[in-house]
Amino acid sequence: MSLDCGVFHTRYESDMGLRPRPLQRLRLVTLALFVLVFPFVASPYWLDLANQVAIATVGAIGLNILVGYTGQISLGQGAFMAIGAYTAGLLTLNFGVPWGASVFAACLVTAAAGTFFGLPSLRLKGLYLAIATLAAQEIVEWGMTNWTAVTGGTEAIVLPAPVLLGVRMNTNFNFYWLAVLTAGGTALFAANLMRTRIGRAFAAVRDQDIAASVIGVDVFRTKLLAFATSSFFVGLAGAMIAFHRNIITWERFTLSTSIVFLAMIIVGGLGSIRGSFLGAALITLLPAMITNLGRAIQDTAPQAASLLPYAQQAVFGIVIILFLIFEPRGLSKLWENAKDYFHVWPFAYRRGESRG
Amino acid sequence: MARGSPPVHRHRAHREGLPRHILELSDLTLRFGGVTSLAGLTMDVRGGELLALIGPNGAGKTSVLNCISGLYRPQEGSITLTGRDGERHALARLAPHRIAALGVARTFQNIELFKHLTVLDNLMLGRHVHMNGGVLSGGLYWGRQREREIEHRQYVEQVIDFMNLEPLRSAVVGNLAYGNQRLVEMARALALDPHLLLLDEPTAGMNAEEKESMARFILDVHEEQGLTVVVVDHSIDVIMDIADRVVVLDFGRRIADGSPDEVRNDPAVIDAYLGTRADDPGRRGEAP
Repeated sequence: MSLDCGVFHTRYESDMGLRPRPLQRLRLVTLALFVLVFPFVASPYWLDLANQVAIATVGAIGLNILVGYTGQISLGQGAFMAIGAYTAGLLTLNFGVPWGASVFAACLVTAAAGTFFGLPSLRLKGLYLAIATLAAQEIVEWGMTNWTAVTGGTEAIVLPAPVLLGVRMNTNFNFYWLAVLTAGGTALFAANLMRTRIGRAFAAVRDQDIAASVIGVDVFRTKLLAFATSSFFVGLAGAMIAFHRNIITWERFTLSTSIVFLAMIIVGGLGSIRGSFLGAALITLLPAMITNLGRAIQDTAPQAASLLPYAQQAVFGIVIILFLIFEPRGLSKLWENAKDYFHVWPFAYRRGESRG
Repeated sequence: MARGSPPVHRHRAHREGLPRHILELSDLTLRFGGVTSLAGLTMDVRGGELLALIGPNGAGKTSVLNCISGLYRPQEGSITLTGRDGERHALARLAPHRIAALGVARTFQNIELFKHLTVLDNLMLGRHVHMNGGVLSGGLYWGRQREREIEHRQYVEQVIDFMNLEPLRSAVVGNLAYGNQRLVEMARALALDPHLLLLDEPTAGMNAEEKESMARFILDVHEEQGLTVVVVDHSIDVIMDIADRVVVLDFGRRIADGSPDEVRNDPAVIDAYLGTRADDPGRRGEAP
C-alpha cells in the first residue's frame, strides 16, 4: 500500500473507511458515472457482455471469499451455481414463487449445500479438500442430468422473464440495472465483511490455522461459515444466470465452469474484491475479443483468422500461466502498481528507495 | 487518547484479587506413540508471577504450553485454570479457541503470525474473542458493528502504543524484520487482554540487544500490568534475571522448582544440563 501523504485522519472511523482517500473517492465516482452512462451508448452486444461480466463478478467474489480469503480450494463452483440456478428456476416455474423470493431461496439453499459439502474441510486441507469438492461437482452434475423428474434432465428449462416494478427484465438494457446493482451490492457486502471480525477470522484460518485457534477463532465453524457465505453468492450468480437468459441448461454448470471461475480469481487476484471483478471481466471478455479480432482480420489474413478459434482455447491457458509466473497476485496487483506509480508522478523516486 | 480505562490501571487494581494458583497441572502424561513427552508432570502457576520453564532440549517445555493451550490432548492428568471470575475450568479436554476465550494467550517458538495481514489486523484478531458480530452484521457494517470495530480499534491502539509499534501499524506482517515479528506476536497475545500469558522462546534467534529489549517488554507486562506470565526459553542468562520462580523439566518431569538462585545451584539441574549422571552417560545436554 502506498503511503497516505498529506492525508491526516483524526478519527478511527475515517481511517477505517473503505475509501479513506479523496482520490479513491474520485475514482469511485468516475466508475459510477461510467456505469450509469454505459448502457445508453453501448450496443446490445456490449450490454450483453456487461451483464455477463456483472454476473461473473458476483460468482467470482463468492469463490474468492472461499479460496482467496479463507484458503479453502473449491472445484465445486459449477455445482453450486447449478444449485442456485435450478432452485430459483424450478421454484418460479413449478410453484409460482415470485422470482425475487425464489432467487433469495436459491441463495439460502446453495449456502446450505455449500456448508454440507464444506464438512470435509474439518479434516482435509489443500488438494485433498479440492478433490472432496470435485466430488460435490460430480454428484451435482450427475443429479442435474439424471434426476429427470425434477431437473428435466438434459432438456433446457425455459423460465418467464422476471418483472421488477412493472418492467419486464427481458432486454439486456433492463437487466443491466439489476445485474449492476447486484454486483455492486455483493462487492460492498464482501468488502465490509473482510474488514470486520468474521472476515479477519477467514484470513487468519487461511494464513495460520493453529495460531487462529489459539487466538480464539473456532477454525471449523469459521471454515463452514466461509463455505456458507461463499456459496450464498455463488448461488446468487447461478440464479442470475437463470434469469438473464431465461433458460437453464446443465452445460453451463460443468467442471469447466468451476475451472473458468478459478481462472478468474487467479488472474484477477486472490483475496481481492477488485481482483474478482477484473478477473471476471478479463476472462469473460477475452473470448469475445478474440472472436472480434477474427472477424476483423478475416479479409486481410484469412489463414490467421481460421486459426483463431484454436487460439481461443490456448490463450485462456496462456493467460493463466503468464499471470502465475509474472504476477501471481493478478490484475489487482497490476492496478495497485499503476496507482503507486502515479501516486508520486512525475516526481518518482527510484525504485526501492520509496519504501524502507 | 482513546476512551475507556487503559489496560495498565485496570490490571494493577486487579492484581490483589488474583487467585493463589492460576493454573494447576497434575500428573500430566503425554505420549506420541512410543515417545513419552510428559511423564506425570505436576506443577502450578501462581497468580501474578513470572514463571520460567527451562530444561534441556526435548525436556517437554513446549509440550506443556501446547497442552495448556489445547493443541495437544494429554492422555492422563488434569489442567485446571482458575479464571478471572474465580471459577475453575478443566482445560485438558477444551478446544483451543475455548481456552483462548478463558483468557489464555500465547506466542510460538516459530513465529506464527497471519503474514498476509497488516499489524493492525493481526492485533484486531487478538480482540476476536471479545467481539460479537457475524457475517450479516459484518457485511452490512452498520450501527453496532461499526461502533464495535472502533471500540476494539481503540484497545488495539493502546497495545500498539505499549509495544512501540506505531510505525509498523499498517505494514503487512510478512514483510517485517524477524525481531519486529516477535514483538507483533507478543502484541497480538496482549490484545487478547490475557489472564495468563504463555511465551514460547520469545528471544529465540535474537541478538543481545533485541533480547534485552524483549526482556524489558516481558518485565513491563508482568510488572505494570500485573500479568501472570509463563516463559519458556533457552537464554538462561535472560530468564534467570527476570523470573520470579523457575521450574526445571527433564524428560517430561519436574526436577527442580524454586527461585533462580536455588535452581542454579541445584545438583539435579546441573546433572540434567551437563549430563554427568553416572547411570545415563550417553545423554546430550547444553551448558546452563
